[in-house]
Amino acid sequence: MESIIQGFQGALSLIFSGDREVYSIIGLSLSVSLVSVVISMVISLPMGIAIGMKEFPLRKAVVMVINTLMGLPPVIAGLFVYLLLSRSGPLGYLGILHSPKAMIIAQVLLIIPIITGITMAAIKDRGRLIKNTAYTLGAGKIQMLWTLIREFRTSIGSSLIAGYGRAISEVGAVMLVGGNIKGYTRVMTTAIVLETNMGNFDQAIAIGIVLLALFFVINIFLQKFQGA
Amino acid sequence: MKRIVVLTVGLLLILALVSCGPAETPQTQEPEEQAPQEETLDPITLATTTSTENSGLLDYILPHFEEKYNTKVNVVAVGTGQAMEMGKNGDADVLLVHAEATEIQFVNDGYGVDRHRVMYNDFIIVGPEDDPAGLKEAAGADAAKALSMISEKKAPFASRGDDSGTHKKELELWQAAGVEPAGDWYKSVGQGMGATLNFASEQKAYTMTDRATYLSMMDNLDLVILVEGDEIMFNQYGVIKVNPERHPGINKKGADKFVEWIISDEIQNMISEFGKDEFGQSLFVPNAD
Repeated sequence: MESIIQGFQGALSLIFSGDREVYSIIGLSLSVSLVSVVISMVISLPMGIAIGMKEFPLRKAVVMVINTLMGLPPVIAGLFVYLLLSRSGPLGYLGILHSPKAMIIAQVLLIIPIITGITMAAIKDRGRLIKNTAYTLGAGKIQMLWTLIREFRTSIGSSLIAGYGRAISEVGAVMLVGGNIKGYTRVMTTAIVLETNMGNFDQAIAIGIVLLALFFVINIFLQKFQGA
Repeated sequence: MKRIVVLTVGLLLILALVSCGPAETPQTQEPEEQAPQEETLDPITLATTTSTENSGLLDYILPHFEEKYNTKVNVVAVGTGQAMEMGKNGDADVLLVHAEATEIQFVNDGYGVDRHRVMYNDFIIVGPEDDPAGLKEAAGADAAKALSMISEKKAPFASRGDDSGTHKKELELWQAAGVEPAGDWYKSVGQGMGATLNFASEQKAYTMTDRATYLSMMDNLDLVILVEGDEIMFNQYGVIKVNPERHPGINKKGADKFVEWIISDEIQNMISEFGKDEFGQSLFVPNAD
């Protein structure tokens, strides 16, 4: 119990500490997850809309694969990226294992199925109706995509929140491919693991509280976008 | 439309906050305020064990190297098993590990070159204060005897179980005791030393630990030292360069300088001072060859 109370005090003093290391950990968590979500969004939104709206052969199989990948264990994604980027792996010549780039790649792998899955499920029922209506009203291709994104902004917003939540709270994959390097690839979740391992439970809780608080703020922004 | 504006402003704010936050690349440290340097090195990746990082030793000595060569040492702290694997795959430039037999094998197999001893610390057996297996009276400094007493009593024992140097040492001890550790009482945790100590403390179990990690965490643990000083419990750390012929991509120059640096008299002295202020005893004994 003491640890939890100290954790709350610790969280406040962390935020206002002015400690560069703490800010760099928080900043890296935010930026790696943000970049991952943006990249995933660019890939997943068109994919989710297309799969949701169009009929094509093997559509059921594709949907099943995406739904399965929504539950992809992060540590497996991490291991896969690790072996890919290891100097003895196929992309080893890039030399980006144990860097923020590697963490982004692993997170993108984890988030793409989530954004795609939620988007396509939402768009399936009403999508075609909206599309036909828009066409009747004389909309072009770009206007059409815009209309769809506007109509489904609640679901798309939810998928972005879910994706961002997955990215920023994830620990197994970023630990493996990032290496938890102090001042370089250490993010909030891996810092929590490290502090826990070192027995500094109050410090671990403090970082956890900061993490939750930040996610709350991000949610507020996304709510505005959804208009909910 | 208004919402889009709000969203954009929000994202920009986050981006702005982020861009003034972390140094994305380790190379971007300001060089102008540094002391006179010999030369500049590319960042090096050091694969090492959790014990050197968790004890705080690296935080204590590495800034000296980083300042001297205006570089950054990226420390990946894992178990010895994973550290060796990183070396084999060329994912690290230099290793600082503690499993002497495996290290020599590693060099003989051509994965590493130029191995040196750096320092040693020792392992100790810790356990709950009430000591249900009675090690304190009967085992003395004899670590193997202590383990056979624990197994006879089926007193809970927490093992790292992660193929780390510490885990290997523990298995060596069980062998010396002639006991095959198995059963409900033998708990393989599969995590780092700190996590294993926390586990042992919570479960009132015995465990074997390096002294450095134990001392640095002592205040948070309900564990006391029961067996110490047995020669078999000495824990030698070695530094190895990853073989640049196998992996041309590694930072050979950085690895050369790092090894030269860590076995230099100056750093060896620094190592012997580490821990004296906080614990009244040094945590590592330098013995570079």
